[in-house]
Amino acid sequence: MNEPLLEVAGLRKYFPVRGGFLRRPVGEIKAVDGVDLTVNRGETVALVGESGCGKSTTGRTIVRLEEPTAGEVVFHHPERGPLHLESANSRTLRAVRPHLQMIFQDPFASLDSRMTVSSIIAEPLVINKTATGQRLKDRVAELLSLVGLRPEHANRYPHAFSGGQRQRIGIARAIALNPDLIVCDEAVSALDLSVQAQILNLLEELQRRLGIAYLFISHDLSAVDHIADRVVVMYVGQIVESGPVEQLYNAPKHPYTEALLAAVPQPDPRVRTRPKILTGDVPSPANPPSGCTFHPRCPYAQPICAAETPPLLQVGEGRASACHFADTLPLTGAVAAMSPPAGL
Amino acid sequence: MTTTPAPVIETSPPSAPADAGSGAATLPQWRLMARRFRKNRLAVASAIVLVVLYACAILAPFLSPNSYDQQDADLKNASPTSITWSGGPAICSRQQQLDTETFSYKYRSDCGQSVPLRFFGEGYHYKLFGLIPTNRHLVTVDKPNTLLLWGADSAGRDVFARSMQGARVSLTIGLLGVAVGTFLGATVGTISGYFRGAVDTVLQRFIELLTSLPTLPLWLALAAILPQDMSVTGRYFLITLILSLVGWAGLARQIRGKVMSYAASDYVAAARIAGSSSARIVFRHLIPNASSHIVATAMLAVPATIISETSLSFLGVGMLPPAVSWGVLLSDAQSVSTVQQYPWLLIPAALVVIAVICFQLIGDGLRDAVDPYG
Amino acid sequence: MSQLYAAGDDVHATARHEESHLDSSPVLSVCDLEVQFPTPLGLVRALNGVTFDVPRGKVLGIVGESGCGKSVTARAVLQIIEKPGRITGGSITLRGESETTEITGLGPDSKRMRALRGSEIAMIFQEPMSSLNPVYTIGAQIAEAVLIHQTPDRDEALRRAVDMLRQVGMPHPEAAAASYPHQLSGGMRQRAMIAMALSCNPTLLIADEPTTALDVTTEAQILELIRNLRDRAGMSIMFITHSMGVVAQLCDEVIVMYLGRIVERGSVDDLFYDAKHPYTRALLRSIPRIGGNRKAPLEVIEGSVPDPHHRLAGCPFHPGCPKAIPGRCDTTVPAPSTAGPGHTVQCHLYQADEIGHPERAENV
Repeated sequence: MNEPLLEVAGLRKYFPVRGGFLRRPVGEIKAVDGVDLTVNRGETVALVGESGCGKSTTGRTIVRLEEPTAGEVVFHHPERGPLHLESANSRTLRAVRPHLQMIFQDPFASLDSRMTVSSIIAEPLVINKTATGQRLKDRVAELLSLVGLRPEHANRYPHAFSGGQRQRIGIARAIALNPDLIVCDEAVSALDLSVQAQILNLLEELQRRLGIAYLFISHDLSAVDHIADRVVVMYVGQIVESGPVEQLYNAPKHPYTEALLAAVPQPDPRVRTRPKILTGDVPSPANPPSGCTFHPRCPYAQPICAAETPPLLQVGEGRASACHFADTLPLTGAVAAMSPPAGL
Repeated sequence: MTTTPAPVIETSPPSAPADAGSGAATLPQWRLMARRFRKNRLAVASAIVLVVLYACAILAPFLSPNSYDQQDADLKNASPTSITWSGGPAICSRQQQLDTETFSYKYRSDCGQSVPLRFFGEGYHYKLFGLIPTNRHLVTVDKPNTLLLWGADSAGRDVFARSMQGARVSLTIGLLGVAVGTFLGATVGTISGYFRGAVDTVLQRFIELLTSLPTLPLWLALAAILPQDMSVTGRYFLITLILSLVGWAGLARQIRGKVMSYAASDYVAAARIAGSSSARIVFRHLIPNASSHIVATAMLAVPATIISETSLSFLGVGMLPPAVSWGVLLSDAQSVSTVQQYPWLLIPAALVVIAVICFQLIGDGLRDAVDPYG
Repeated sequence: MSQLYAAGDDVHATARHEESHLDSSPVLSVCDLEVQFPTPLGLVRALNGVTFDVPRGKVLGIVGESGCGKSVTARAVLQIIEKPGRITGGSITLRGESETTEITGLGPDSKRMRALRGSEIAMIFQEPMSSLNPVYTIGAQIAEAVLIHQTPDRDEALRRAVDMLRQVGMPHPEAAAASYPHQLSGGMRQRAMIAMALSCNPTLLIADEPTTALDVTTEAQILELIRNLRDRAGMSIMFITHSMGVVAQLCDEVIVMYLGRIVERGSVDDLFYDAKHPYTRALLRSIPRIGGNRKAPLEVIEGSVPDPHHRLAGCPFHPGCPKAIPGRCDTTVPAPSTAGPGHTVQCHLYQADEIGHPERAENV
């Protein structure tokens, strides 16, 4: 099933830094600085990285909540073939919207508190005139049961629901138009532990039943390991590594991926990964370091790393890394925690 | 902020689970706000006081035993009538005496000779609600006595009747001014907050310019342009307009801020992704969410316009006699000696204070009800 | 008291290490603690009889989901519960260096309580920005705490502030001391917060989700720092978190809370390898793990945390518990029972004497 659904090439999103009386641009923040990625039909691609790495901006630019500065976003419309979203007019965008949806991080901010659950879920159907009257009602009831809510919840307001239930409402809204791709922006990060599991399961079940592809944006490497087929790691607006989840986790090809994996606190006291602790912080995208943006924190850095920006090159089947020493560094992968420990 | 879960205590999970089946689950947002508002006793009490004040304004001629513009040379600066009891509520009769030293009239109350109060008795003719001709009044006394609840002014006119009549102008000019200002402010604020960019920059600079103008001289200048021979109502509307034209700027700023934060919210992003047009986002999401804030802000802006009207009229550039407003009434109490000798002329000032405080308390209550965590 | 250490230059006094072996009693004992919040919607019983000890020189983790009362517990110890909440029962005993204090006997605003905060018990929060004053430099704020509790000499206090920043691993401590909170990154602010908390050499450090808002690589740095505090300085730490990973990697002992009650407590090994309570077990099974069974559905706890206004009879977990015993779990609150040395569980399944089927537990 390697039929491409979304192809992003050289995507850039620069935010101007404005100043002065007339608010003229005086600089720019390179939030996304040349991102290439592909999502195939029915698969889950995870976009991981730390705060400020540009992963959310990438997601928002793909769905055109932000206007891209440069680059291409091609969406393969089931009827109309490949469409360029980066330059699409509002009519083309309208044609794509039903197929390209989004789920947000904060289940409290993403639902309009003045609307009932049924009008929230029905909004995409009403706007796109896909259903009216009784058919609309039936579809809302069907969507509610698909996400594990009861039909009688339809007339309630968002304030009556817990975080997990609200996230289910957000998911129902996203799948209302039978999308091909959903951008999940930190969709489980704001939820409680036990609720995270419920939502992850729901996303997987919907994928199985409806064949939806996900662009799963997250900083939680454990959740990503569970749900993703392929992983793309971002650092300061650029992709540093990508590849199938198992290979990337077991044998990373970029020092940042290694550090990221090692930093994850494993839920197993006998797996004492004393991580190679990175010094310093993620640099500001307004003023990124020269060469490889990771070099000031990289334990393996060489003089060339500060001088030249390493290109993202193929380093094996379906894998790519942006490191000058991707093929030679002895990097270690994640130590698997017992799952779950014996006796449980 | 939209309604976020209570961040107050960790013990409250995001919200009551829907399975609890509590009645609040299907209550729309505004009903919850009304609930919270009703919990604010001060605000509710203020609302009741204001309702009474507005009722007084509407029923002014019915409540007043005397016409507000009826002059009586025999009652110049007469003090409030003393109320007594004589087989029923009654007033003491009043005698006028010439003080031979100062050559001014003094009034003496004689409670030995009481005049009974008559309820729903007949008095001067008027039209109730401007429609029904009648001459019944709440309380009257038999002629030639006059019932002066709050005394009389220098022309012998009933201060109570004039205060009630003045409420009609003073309490409505505030609402009208704010209504016009709110409409302007909400429109400009929404445009500025939603479209951002150059439109926003231009509008914001303009608002800054407008708010930096010293308001009092501006009012004076604008009011001076008003032709002196205008009809009372024409003048009234023009002053309303002047007040609101200056007042909308601050409102526009506040609404712009709200709209900006709503426009950046995830539910608006979700609506855009669902394919909503700008018009749908503005009318379906932004305005309904901003409306409660607009109402609360507007309520807080009313007292300012009431005070403005009073100040302008006091300075002689707002409403002018023979029109009656609280400000006009207060301009009679300008000198210290007048206030010392005839303190009842200051009663309209008390009314201004009460009305302003009530509006402020209601505004505060509304704001808290709308945004309990802000 | 803090004055005893005024002369000591090294804030991580080695003296403490020598003392601690003399005194192996817990630093803090909380007994039957009850906290209630009267709200317009009804009384919320945030804590219902919480009993635990914080062992000396160790990290006690308190773990649970939102609404379980873990943060309220931390705040109760400092008597800084947000209004209108208040402690309605139980006792909190702090065994400091020189004396034992009954915290519940002190008024929240009493002089003694204020002296305890910062000097004997320090607290760090999830969002350091909320506890750092934006208009003062980091150095001035740490020095301020030192001035209140330790030395009257301003230069000495400032020197000590820089020293503290060095000890918490702040790069360029002099520069950091001279900067304002907004000039530092999240991780650096959290370090500054910790330096401030440690500046008065507290007996107990309470950490309320200090790494939740941080990125994983920064979180790893802060966890390493806290481990060092325990190992090198013998600090006693109460660490509140919702992350099972952080618990496993940092804590010595763990308390699992659910809806205002402790459901299980034990060593970190007990918890992760021999969990007894159905809630703990379900929680452990529901978290996604690296290298776990990819694409197999995660086990979930059915339902959501009950409404806190609605008072549940019996065990708080019984509505979501797969092993709930009708007529028992929904009527009686289980008493704590011992599941091993230092391992207790509050569950009817393990009250062998009452049920007579201890083996049931094995099949949970």
